Amino acid sequence: MTALTDLTIAGARDLLAAGHVSAADLARAHLAAMERHRDLNAFITETPERALQLADASDRRRRAGDAGRLEGIPVAIKDLFCTKDVPTTAASRILDGFTPFYESTVTAAMLRQGAVMLGKTNLDEFAMGSSNLTSWYGPAINPWRAPGDGKTRVPGGSSGGSASAVAARMAMAATGTDTGGSIRQPAAFTGTVGLKPTYGRCSRLGIVAFASSLDQAGPLTRTVRDAAIMLGAMAGHDPLDSTSADVPLDDLEDALEAGVEGMTIGVPEEYRVEGMPAVIDDLWQRGIAWLEDAGATVREVSLPHTRFALPAYYIIAPAEASSNLARYDGVRFGLRCEGDDLVSMYERTRAEGFGAEVKRRILIGTYVLSEGYFDAYYLKAQKVRTRIADDFREAWTSVDALLTPTTPSAAFAADSPPDDPVSMYLNDVFTVPASLAGLPGISVPAGLDGDGLPLGLQVIARPFDEARLLRVARTIEEAAGFDTAPRGLT
Amino acid sequence: MKFDKDTVARVARLARIATGDAERKQLAGELSAIIEWIDTLGEVDTDDVEPMTGVGAMTPTWRPDEVTDGGIADDITANAPACAEGCFVVPKIVE
Amino acid sequence: MAELIERESGPFAYVIGLEVHAQIVSSSKLFSGASAAFGAAANTQVSAVDAGMPGMLPVINMACIEQAVRTGLALGGTINRRSVFERKNYFYPDLPQGYQISQYQQPIVTGGHLVIELEDGASRPIGIERLHVEQDAGKSLHDRDPVHSLVDLNRSGIGLMEIVSLPELASPDEAVRYVRTLRSILRYAGTCDGNMQEGSLRVDANVSMRRPGDKLGTRCEIKNLNSMKFLQRAIEFEGHRQATILDEGGTVRQETRLFDVNANETRSMRSKEDAEDYRYFPDPDLLPLDLDEAWIAGIAASMPELPDSRKQRFMSDHGLSSYDAGVLVAERDNADFFEEVARGRDSKVAANWVMTEFFGRLNKDGIGVADSPVSADALGGLIDLVVDDTISGRIAKDVFAEMFVTGRDAAAIVEERGLRQVTDTTRIEALVDGVLAAHPERVDEYRAGKTKLLGFFMGEVMKASRGRANPQAVNRTLRLRLGQEGGTR
Repeated sequence: MTALTDLTIAGARDLLAAGHVSAADLARAHLAAMERHRDLNAFITETPERALQLADASDRRRRAGDAGRLEGIPVAIKDLFCTKDVPTTAASRILDGFTPFYESTVTAAMLRQGAVMLGKTNLDEFAMGSSNLTSWYGPAINPWRAPGDGKTRVPGGSSGGSASAVAARMAMAATGTDTGGSIRQPAAFTGTVGLKPTYGRCSRLGIVAFASSLDQAGPLTRTVRDAAIMLGAMAGHDPLDSTSADVPLDDLEDALEAGVEGMTIGVPEEYRVEGMPAVIDDLWQRGIAWLEDAGATVREVSLPHTRFALPAYYIIAPAEASSNLARYDGVRFGLRCEGDDLVSMYERTRAEGFGAEVKRRILIGTYVLSEGYFDAYYLKAQKVRTRIADDFREAWTSVDALLTPTTPSAAFAADSPPDDPVSMYLNDVFTVPASLAGLPGISVPAGLDGDGLPLGLQVIARPFDEARLLRVARTIEEAAGFDTAPRGLT
Repeated sequence: MKFDKDTVARVARLARIATGDAERKQLAGELSAIIEWIDTLGEVDTDDVEPMTGVGAMTPTWRPDEVTDGGIADDITANAPACAEGCFVVPKIVE
Repeated sequence: MAELIERESGPFAYVIGLEVHAQIVSSSKLFSGASAAFGAAANTQVSAVDAGMPGMLPVINMACIEQAVRTGLALGGTINRRSVFERKNYFYPDLPQGYQISQYQQPIVTGGHLVIELEDGASRPIGIERLHVEQDAGKSLHDRDPVHSLVDLNRSGIGLMEIVSLPELASPDEAVRYVRTLRSILRYAGTCDGNMQEGSLRVDANVSMRRPGDKLGTRCEIKNLNSMKFLQRAIEFEGHRQATILDEGGTVRQETRLFDVNANETRSMRSKEDAEDYRYFPDPDLLPLDLDEAWIAGIAASMPELPDSRKQRFMSDHGLSSYDAGVLVAERDNADFFEEVARGRDSKVAANWVMTEFFGRLNKDGIGVADSPVSADALGGLIDLVVDDTISGRIAKDVFAEMFVTGRDAAAIVEERGLRQVTDTTRIEALVDGVLAAHPERVDEYRAGKTKLLGFFMGEVMKASRGRANPQAVNRTLRLRLGQEGGTR
């Protein structure tokens, strides 16, 4: 029998239903793995006692014949989701000591469906980053290493702790949030599946806000099927989130194996960026071949404004963030650094509470909204965003889904990240356009680079068409036959 | 440099973030690089384009006029760094 | 009426524009389910949304929007089919989110006007620029501790309407009249209770001075005036302050000022010394507010009668003077009370009773119609007794005073105290004869031509009847008796 920590949600579900394992067994096995891999720093807060209580309660419910969709499944929660009576940090010092008295809509739904929460995972501070290096609690580490150099790799970000936990089999699945690639990029870096649903699919209520018009919760798992199961539990209309969509979600698991026969898949020419490593292009070509072999028609499409997506994103996201993060002022919760007067209390609290990247983005965001710059930057970016969304709309007239690489490279070494902010931002070049348009996207592990590190392919689909998105992803997964066990992890 | 030290100081003041002189100098360099990169947006023709105001098919949600919340003063102030008489305490405000 | 401030260099004229913040009548807050009631213990009417807790999101309370639309219609404004909530960003301890959700570029109502009545009875329309909806901030308490302020968030998130006038008011008096009129309209529409003590209505005044006919001067904004008296005094002080500066050749600095009630002066606000840059942008947590034409029409169809049209009706249907009708309609409760009293009775008599005796007594006791121990029905009953001559008007005033104290009805008091008017001719003749017999020399004087003495005899007879004799009957009998003996010369 495989180790309990190697089980997928679908596999565990069958064993639980058959009574071969208990939720308590699964919880204990994963808690042990968390202890074993504590060096990966994937968790900010571990909640073992709570996990065991939840598992016991889950087993009781199952015996009573009352099992939910995630009954007994051990999951990790990105520490951006507010969890009742469990500290929530957003990996920032400024939320020092903050314990919410409320539960996010998404985690509440998962708990109702029987999920067993193991702990809160590490992330880039306030979800701002692509490396997990900006966490106040130290970087989470990628369980994958390049056999050649053995250097520590970043798990990507911002949902790096969740990706690391799922890849290293500390959690069967984890929640993430994606603003410009924060689920898909770490999934690609850690050989896991990362799904960002359509904007509005999952409620944002109770998730610490980064950029409100872009933030979207989604799952990180080891299989496409598990992503479908997780999304089914996480999604739903929330009347307490005005931007939540009241659009029914099909049974995604049912649709999964329907294949891509007869579908038309687009390959956007603008994603073939200058200086793209051959290994990424090769993987992309392989992906095209797999889909063609499975009966899809593949054709080139044009998304002419692609190269403007990142600059537009780096206006809109920081602008919204600068306002969303104004509430961290030392008055009602979190860190306070006393000052001579009110203003110095504010300024010291925020100077010491926020890390360098968060400050950079707040300052950029404040600047682009300030008098005299609003039209030139913020308004311009929102217009460019319309152009980008129009590009996609045009594409949907001829294709059903788009196939692209997820990232321009594999995970970089933790000791040599891109050395300036803009180079770091370029990590999200393939993921940001879909974010701006609010489209669903998924990263599927599809191969290894020359150093033996995982690479992902991204599928993008029409709004609310997660069913087709998952069909394409499942086809790639099957063809790739990717082994998700991190090489070099003991 | 688009983002000089004075601009950093002005914006940091608006954002209520204390900055030292050395930090301002470094930020001026970093933020200028970001702004220069962002400025490529100028190449996009956005005449007659409406700014994006919402993503996807969103249904307006309205709340009925009912009292469904409140009465949780202890929860509201539980995380406060300083609290007295059921209120949050801050350094004296001079109007 | 325009008011000028005279200075050595010549006269200066006021230019005043008002921003009125009117708290919307609703059960719950604009974006959360916490109560919007006044006066609860600190932070007990606060939800996680109102406290700006991480991850919290606003959802619009449609009743508040409906109230804003109703108000916009009452002011004759244009209801915009699309309006947009934006964030106004600034730091303040009573602003938990670090921004106020307000409307900026696209308010819910544009335009409109209201008509103020001037001292001389003339009236003047004052233009309204816009009405927008926004959330209130919490309350900072500065007097509890020497070095700290306390913050209570109960008020945080309550729905407000900001109603902005054009700068068309020309005196402190006009400003007060504008706010009174607006308050009356809001109360008629049922959209704001207008209670200034409780902060339901707060006024920011933009004041500038100029030479009559010149272009606009630099203005100062005086924040948070919470009574009519302070509004008047603050504008007066500010007008004189600016006139003095301009008279001496100085320039007025554009700034935000505070009215110091104790010193009776305005002073610069230290917290506003930095030029603010509010960085407005559309709130990404909320969708644009799109209103349905039919929905707006439904509200328009259900609008209550407003003071202006009620006044017209009181003048045409009840035959009241413009002044009386104006006094009666100013407060909806008062006008309702009058209409109830007037139902089936002579309108002018009813108006006279309501306006003099009734309002006089309410004012003396400092209470409103709602708290009156005398109901409209009871007052009507009293009036009926006067009209059918059961009691005299003079006795009626005593009866009213007793009704006000005891809450009993007029007929019962009249019966119990034997106050029925004496109309019986024999008894009145007996009273008159008694008085004439007691004052023979006065009778002679009267008959010698000093007819003014009739009043003296009237008084004596009324006194003898303890006020109960019917004055007309006494008058008639007196003239008859005094005329008989003397004849005419």
